[in-house]
Amino acid sequence: MPCIDPDGKLTASAEQMLRAMEQPVTLEELAERTGLALYRVRSGVREIVAAGLAEENELRFVLNEKGRQALVAKS
Amino acid sequence: MQTSIAEKTDGMPRLGWPAPVFEAETTHGKLRLEDFKGSWLVLFSHPADFTPVCTTEFVAFAKLAPEFKKRGVELMGLSIDSNFSHIAWMRNIEEKFGLKVPFPVIADLNKDVATLYGMIMPGESKTETSRCVFVIDPQGILRAMIYYPLTTGRNMDEILRLIDALQTTDKHGVATPANWRPGEKVIVPPPKTTEDAEARMKAGYECKDWYFCLKSL
Repeated sequence: MPCIDPDGKLTASAEQMLRAMEQPVTLEELAERTGLALYRVRSGVREIVAAGLAEENELRFVLNEKGRQALVAKS
Repeated sequence: MQTSIAEKTDGMPRLGWPAPVFEAETTHGKLRLEDFKGSWLVLFSHPADFTPVCTTEFVAFAKLAPEFKKRGVELMGLSIDSNFSHIAWMRNIEEKFGLKVPFPVIADLNKDVATLYGMIMPGESKTETSRCVFVIDPQGILRAMIYYPLTTGRNMDEILRLIDALQTTDKHGVATPANWRPGEKVIVPPPKTTEDAEARMKAGYECKDWYFCLKSL
């Protein structure tokens, strides 16, 4: 899974997206905040959610406890 | 029995229809066609990584990538090679030509996307994709296709010109003449009734005849 590298840590782009998801954000806002292309944000967030690191509520995405722990492990 | 679109069209995509949907492994992770919704997409195939003509094309696309970006266009390559091969080739291009390839490249080892888009020309090669270009608009409609043979590198300026022409058509409801470039006069769509034809001649356009009128934007 591209949001997690082979040694189990977040990839740079996944970390960038998760850090921008402290507050609920739309995909478009996330693309603007991270400077990543919208297609990359769409696919990245899909994988972040599938990995259980963030949640969706009415088209807004926010990191959860597991996502926070992954960020702590990365730093 | 119902006939599928693929059967009706011999597996070839058709202009004006929704582009065939896919999910594929790429150098930027797993991507779906729907991830590009809202942007223009130039999906192009090349025969193989680490080959000279393809390398010149990737260098040309990488150089023009900012121009595509300015027009709201994403680029995505494809060949029947692995992601490892793509990554090694991208790194080689960066090392030898000093250019980072900023767009994803599909690793279509099982030929799923290539087959869906009719990128394989068995008369040329059964194991490589020809040099195909598909322009897909922000609504996911296939708007233009270009096919070049294995031997001949594409002209990226022409692809950019094509994008400019399509975007101008969408914005202003006009057509564009041969060799048109932005800033040049455009073609007013021909009238469909005799009444319109008569009115057209008095509308202040630059008309050669009732069916051939130009205007500036």
